[in-house]
Amino acid sequence: MAVVTRPRLRPRARLSLNDPRVRAVLAQLVVLALVLAGAAYLIHNTLLNLERLGVASGFGFLWTTAGFDISQTLIPYDRTYTYGRAFLVGLLNTFYVSIFGIVFATIIGFIIGIARLSSNWLVAKVAAAYIEIIRNVPLLLQLIVWYFVVLGGLPTARNSITLGEGVFLNVRGLFVPKPIFLDGFEWVVVALAVAVIAVILLARWARRRFEQTGQPFPTFRVGLAILLLLPLAAYFLAGSPLEFQYPRHTKFRVTGGLVMLPEFMAMVAGLSIYTAAFIAEIVRAGIEAIPRGQWEAASALGLSRAQTLRLVVVPQALRVIIPPQTSQYLNLTKNSSLGVAIGYPDFFNVAGTINNQTGQAVEVIAITMAVYLSLSLAISAFMNWYNRRMALVER
Amino acid sequence: MAVAERRPRVEVLPPVTERIGVLAWLKHNLFSTWYNSLLTVLVLLLLYFTLVPFFEWAVLKATISGTSKADCRFDGACWTLIKVRFGQYLYGLYPADQRWRVNLAFGLLVLAMVPLFLPHMRHRLLYACGLVFLYPPVAYLFFAGGLFGLEVVETPKWGGLFLTLVIAGVGIVTSLPLGVLLALGRRSEMPVIRALSVVFIELVRGVPLVTILFMASVMLPLFLPPGVTIDKLLRALVGVALFSSAYMAEVVRGGLQAIPKGQYEAAMALGLGYWQMMGYIILPQALRLVIPGIVNTFIGLFKDTSLVTIIGLYDLLGMAKLITTDPAWLGRAAESYLFAALGFWIFCFGMSRYSMYVEKVLAAGQRR
Repeated sequence: MAVVTRPRLRPRARLSLNDPRVRAVLAQLVVLALVLAGAAYLIHNTLLNLERLGVASGFGFLWTTAGFDISQTLIPYDRTYTYGRAFLVGLLNTFYVSIFGIVFATIIGFIIGIARLSSNWLVAKVAAAYIEIIRNVPLLLQLIVWYFVVLGGLPTARNSITLGEGVFLNVRGLFVPKPIFLDGFEWVVVALAVAVIAVILLARWARRRFEQTGQPFPTFRVGLAILLLLPLAAYFLAGSPLEFQYPRHTKFRVTGGLVMLPEFMAMVAGLSIYTAAFIAEIVRAGIEAIPRGQWEAASALGLSRAQTLRLVVVPQALRVIIPPQTSQYLNLTKNSSLGVAIGYPDFFNVAGTINNQTGQAVEVIAITMAVYLSLSLAISAFMNWYNRRMALVER
Repeated sequence: MAVAERRPRVEVLPPVTERIGVLAWLKHNLFSTWYNSLLTVLVLLLLYFTLVPFFEWAVLKATISGTSKADCRFDGACWTLIKVRFGQYLYGLYPADQRWRVNLAFGLLVLAMVPLFLPHMRHRLLYACGLVFLYPPVAYLFFAGGLFGLEVVETPKWGGLFLTLVIAGVGIVTSLPLGVLLALGRRSEMPVIRALSVVFIELVRGVPLVTILFMASVMLPLFLPPGVTIDKLLRALVGVALFSSAYMAEVVRGGLQAIPKGQYEAAMALGLGYWQMMGYIILPQALRLVIPGIVNTFIGLFKDTSLVTIIGLYDLLGMAKLITTDPAWLGRAAESYLFAALGFWIFCFGMSRYSMYVEKVLAAGQRR
């Protein structure tokens, strides 16, 4: 039976293994099936193992009593509080050490990075040596040296080093006067907030006026004056509502005051010195990325060296510096988890203790990962926002 | 020729050599302005107050003779410790009479790698791949023993620099291929593969390595069927490999993104399939672009191997720490850690210099 078919303009779409789209779908299905099967197998095993070990599951343990102490607590906590509270204390400790670390790392990093570019041969070489030594030694080793060798070598409480009025340093930590906020101190805080808002508004106004009329306004000096004078005035009007509790050095120990634990100091020193070496390289790269023409053009316009730096070079260099800087801050925060090696009670350390006590590894690891992930996302979101503000606005 | 000879001969003068005296150099580089002079003096003072005591401690008052702590001066470094325990820093608790196996295995590796650096080697890539697949079993046989009459040495006895190199080596060897696959997956047009790659990379990069190691050491035993145990070292290796491959993936992705679209289109126009296009056209160019980034990842990985100390393995740092707790050598922690730091530093600094050298060589090719 001969049927004459009309020639088709397009070949009929037919499922064929030679069609890349078909193969793509197939490949994805295979991968998905493998991943799901693997996950199912692992979950199955985990459930079996947990049952065999008799470990409870679920997040109910967060509301049971922790029963262990934490050496540094920023919020009220003792062994009668819950596991959930212990997690929170650890998280705050992580924030605390990270913020200190980030501030110091930035300061040291900028100084070293600029010193690396100095025309002074000696300064440049010392900065280069700092970078090459610090960068190539593991952070964990540096932390351990800070804690066990440097701070562990401090004198005992009896022979404390006196660094000033009510400041003692010994193997137990650094003791400083503790501020005690009396009634009425809230007015100082309010005044500070008002001052900050006022300075922001002032800066906006000054900038607009400068752009419209060309009249400069000493924003920095006036702003600084407002920031200092307003809270000071509030402080005296409220009747000096601030006292210091000085640590006392008795025969065998130092009591009272605010103590910075050696674990904390070792963490801040190690983290900031290590990260500073990386920040220094970023800063150097950022400044070197500014073409010489920018410097020359600025001096042709009659700007001084300081003005050139402040108005021309730094704003442009910051654009190059900020993205890698962000990842360094993130690294520092993540590296604070190394506190577990020297006993600093950061989030990871507390999580480890809780895991040992409850045996609920799956839940503890899930919480730990979720916390670090959201921390990473939060820092990168903030930095992206800042980066967008700083980015070149092309008209 | 004749024309050339009739030209008047012009003597080519050598370029002017600039001569600067010591004083002029000092003035120019150290004392050019008043604040530079001040800075120089300050830095000199700083160096004087740090380096001189250090030098005194580490060299002038140091001891290296003798065999015990009693032979050392109280106020100087006690390098005797390093001398006496040198073998442990290198091999950990590996039995002393079996250490030749480690040496032999590393020696074999060096020998096997020689052809890679010969200038006119053919099939270099094939050879390298073969090495990557064939060497680890051989090395494992040497290290762990159990066959051909070699005494069994359990992995808890592995340690020191040897263990550091094993972990770093495994991390490096597994992270590159896995990283390339993940990077390709992240740039793939298949949504499932892309999503899986993105989730894996971001999940791993978002958490610290300690958490990964901790998870590997706590969770891996839970993942396996009841009754199956898994070596502690192997757990650490799995953690390190996963971690470094996620970082490597991001480095490789940077290289892939830098390849112009025209290269992809040209490869497709030639009728190459996906793997041919990637293998012959894109990856060779992309990987070459990111060699410095890859080496930086390796340096980071090498330093990060020290974190296995936290889960109780005795790598170079773990060994240094273990030795400081020995009652016979109490109070000599500084020497031990300094020696470990030197060990890490030599490898990392060497790798960073190599990366700079490669960068320069590649840049020369680009400059034309």
